[in-house]
Amino acid sequence: MVDPRTSIVNERLKGIRRIIAVSGGKGGVGKSLFASTFALILARKGFRVGLFDLDFTSPSTHTILGVQDLRPREEKGIIPPQFQGFEYMSIIYYSGDHATPLRGADVSNALIELLSIVRWGKLDYLILDMPPGIGDATLDLIRLVERIEFLIVTTPSQLAFETVKRLAGLLQTMRIRVIGVVENMKFAHSDTIRRETKTLGLAFIGEIPFDTGIEETIGKTDKLLDTAFAEKVKQLTLKI
Amino acid sequence: MHEWALAEAVISAASGAAEKEGFREVTEVRIRVGELQQIEQDVLMFALQQIKKAKLESAEFKIEEARARMKCRACGHTWIFNKKKLDESVVEAIHFVPEVAHAYVKCPKCGSPDFEVVEGRGVWLLSVKGVK
Repeated sequence: MVDPRTSIVNERLKGIRRIIAVSGGKGGVGKSLFASTFALILARKGFRVGLFDLDFTSPSTHTILGVQDLRPREEKGIIPPQFQGFEYMSIIYYSGDHATPLRGADVSNALIELLSIVRWGKLDYLILDMPPGIGDATLDLIRLVERIEFLIVTTPSQLAFETVKRLAGLLQTMRIRVIGVVENMKFAHSDTIRRETKTLGLAFIGEIPFDTGIEETIGKTDKLLDTAFAEKVKQLTLKI
Repeated sequence: MHEWALAEAVISAASGAAEKEGFREVTEVRIRVGELQQIEQDVLMFALQQIKKAKLESAEFKIEEARARMKCRACGHTWIFNKKKLDESVVEAIHFVPEVAHAYVKCPKCGSPDFEVVEGRGVWLLSVKGVK
């Protein structure tokens, strides 16, 4: 028996110039916030953008962006709806607010299903908001998406960076392009992460200071884009 | 017409298999469709006929359905999926992404959402026959 879905994945993605997985070894480092803000900024700059939330068990980009009452269109597959100038896809269209406990094989199946039936438009960037770590979603993307690139988000914490080393090691072993490392929630002067990133042979994209006001912008994209966080993401976008 | 996207995947996979086997022409493609996904077989067949090309031009498509059988990982109970017990919107959600069944379906014996879809999940390419 052959799973026919995997043979169509790259055909579905062929109209996309760059496919960037925003990833990290640990949860809570700001991957989803970065991915959402990155997508908003690229769209406002006039690029054709898609944002795909691949954290199926704990999706959060819809909360960050304040997405409500959107539904994909069915037309020879699934057409993601437009949100704030970009195409937005999430499992929440189907799971709603319900807890969706998925084991590894289920995550893999849901990912392959959506990669094979979602029809993205012609895009400059498809941003993938990844679940933390090097589990099934990461392994399936490496296996199935030919032109995948990874952008790694970390915090100044040595605990977070230890997991970055594992993720980077895997990607380097598999010869997958790593754009570089973003140090988020920076709160004290230290160049440890910058130095250690370079030791790994990776580019240090930049640092984003800890923004105490970010929580108040959740669900409000205009406010989010007004923050020091977004301003810094805008600067880093030039290096990505 | 979400079936159309799956039909494209079947055609792509069958073409790849025909290439690998060195078939000049494909005569038969057998497909298994899992009940959980509620694929409309007529629509899938229509899409397959519309998009078949090259070596698959004269292929006959045979579709069979597999019952959706679940097994609870908590208590071991097994049961057959019954869409009649679910809202139409839930059935539709499962149609697009069968894994969201874990958000709506519970083990009828112990209530756990931690179950395995033993059989009858999605679309499978069973065999491709042809002439060399």
